[in-house]
Amino acid sequence: MTALLSIRDLGVVYRRDGSEVPALKSVSLDVLAGERLAIIGESGSGKSTLALAVAGLLPTGALVDGTIEWSAGQLQKPRSVTPLSVLPYTAGRPEGGVKDRQPLHFRLIGGRDIGFVFQDPSSSLDPVMPIGKQIAEVARTHLHLTWREAFTRAKILLERVRLPDPDSALHAYPHQLSGGQKQRVAIAAAIAAEPMLLIADEATSALDTIVQAEIVALIRRLVAEDGMTLIFISHDIALAAALADRIAVLRHGELIELGETRQIVNAPRHAYTRALLDAHLGLDAEPLLDRQGASA
Amino acid sequence: MSVLAVSSLAKRYHRGGKPFAAVDDVSFDIGPAETLALAGPSGSGKSTIARLVLRLIEPDTGRIDFEGADFLALSCAALRSCRARIQMVFQDPLAAFNPHATVGRVLDDPLRIHNIASRAERPRRIAALLERVGLDAGLAARAIHEISGGQRQRVAIARAIATHPSLIVLDEAVSALDVSVRGQILELLLDLQRQERIAYLFISHDLGVIRAVAHRIVILDSGRIAESGDARAVIANPQSAIGKALVAATPKLIRNRP
Repeated sequence: MTALLSIRDLGVVYRRDGSEVPALKSVSLDVLAGERLAIIGESGSGKSTLALAVAGLLPTGALVDGTIEWSAGQLQKPRSVTPLSVLPYTAGRPEGGVKDRQPLHFRLIGGRDIGFVFQDPSSSLDPVMPIGKQIAEVARTHLHLTWREAFTRAKILLERVRLPDPDSALHAYPHQLSGGQKQRVAIAAAIAAEPMLLIADEATSALDTIVQAEIVALIRRLVAEDGMTLIFISHDIALAAALADRIAVLRHGELIELGETRQIVNAPRHAYTRALLDAHLGLDAEPLLDRQGASA
Repeated sequence: MSVLAVSSLAKRYHRGGKPFAAVDDVSFDIGPAETLALAGPSGSGKSTIARLVLRLIEPDTGRIDFEGADFLALSCAALRSCRARIQMVFQDPLAAFNPHATVGRVLDDPLRIHNIASRAERPRRIAALLERVGLDAGLAARAIHEISGGQRQRVAIARAIATHPSLIVLDEAVSALDVSVRGQILELLLDLQRQERIAYLFISHDLGVIRAVAHRIVILDSGRIAESGDARAVIANPQSAIGKALVAATPKLIRNRP
């Protein structure tokens, strides 16, 4: 498979209260066209920073090193850079500041080519705009449609993400929807401009188990139908393994291991990957109660 | 005798002008040193039950007996002293504590409020509590916002056990933790339960976690009990539609161990 994008020696440093906090250290990997790639790791591993870097959404104060090269043949014509969703405020990450060493080609990649789904749909949807308009706006901006065409497209998208009663949902506000429905709307907005790459950053972590499974199935279906490449960011190795073709394991900003899902799960090369697998509490794991030999 | 016995508990709210039952005819009990898990999807009533049991909200109908006495009949003063025996740990300790307070201050409060230790004795008790939950006693001088999420949840547990409770309500207490830390916190909870015979009302959406630590499970759906029983037996062979859906939706990690 050809690479959709090649990340080489990517380093990101956040500046916080005058000190520099490294978030990614010399990460190199290729994202293959059409693959489902999971990036997993614990908090502070740099997985969200990697996603933001790929999308060109890093805060302006971040110091960026290395390159992210998009394979030219894979790219649609570069257009405007409006992000699909509002970047939610992330505590601890510096806001504002001087723009430094931001490679130029980041700016060539815009909302048109990347769809981004965040963890909390409430903070990526505008609370006072009907959801139909929010989706139509994306289609209008990036596909240069009229409002009428864009609204027709929004309705089709709401059907595709299986929102009940798409006609009335077009006029609904985010607060009228459940968490799972809001995430469906955020996904509809993310794919409204027909992106090549969909990035889902902990997109199911705030949802309960049943809704999480529904959203994962939805993402899987949409990615297959549209031939999108998927970067799926998660802390949950079991969830990642169920969805991804390949898994990249990050720890403390470094790429620890990258391989086919089967290899990562059955024959991890790195002790840390093995520890993550062993820490998973599945429905077939030996209960901790037994390990302690104690029972009430 | 059970530590906590809840019978025919009901709580209704109004949503969009219409009444809806957050908790509807729920009954269960928990014995000493036992862990009862409450599972169910979002909105099934898990957290409302936790708040009812803690008397943070009052039920419309039903009865709660705690350590053999009518918990709902307790007056303010009696309730306050009873609260030492029922403690709680929530998902996000950063939201539960003043982030700028020191760890020592957070642990000093329950010891002072419930007259558990004199002012002179308290620093020693705080150090012992920190060590009991696997933290360095020197952490007492640090601010809550300076320590890691796992350390903070250990502080929340230390605060909960400071008053020698017979019951701790754990509402998604390990849900926000990294998996490596989560295992350690679960081990700590099991160890404390064995040593101090504390009962846990363990609320979680994660059947894997429940199966690892709970003796019995109650599965809720729309405020009602869908099924209940031995945690492992119910998860291995759920009978209710919601129980089956929860098990089916739980991510499975299929490993072929060499």
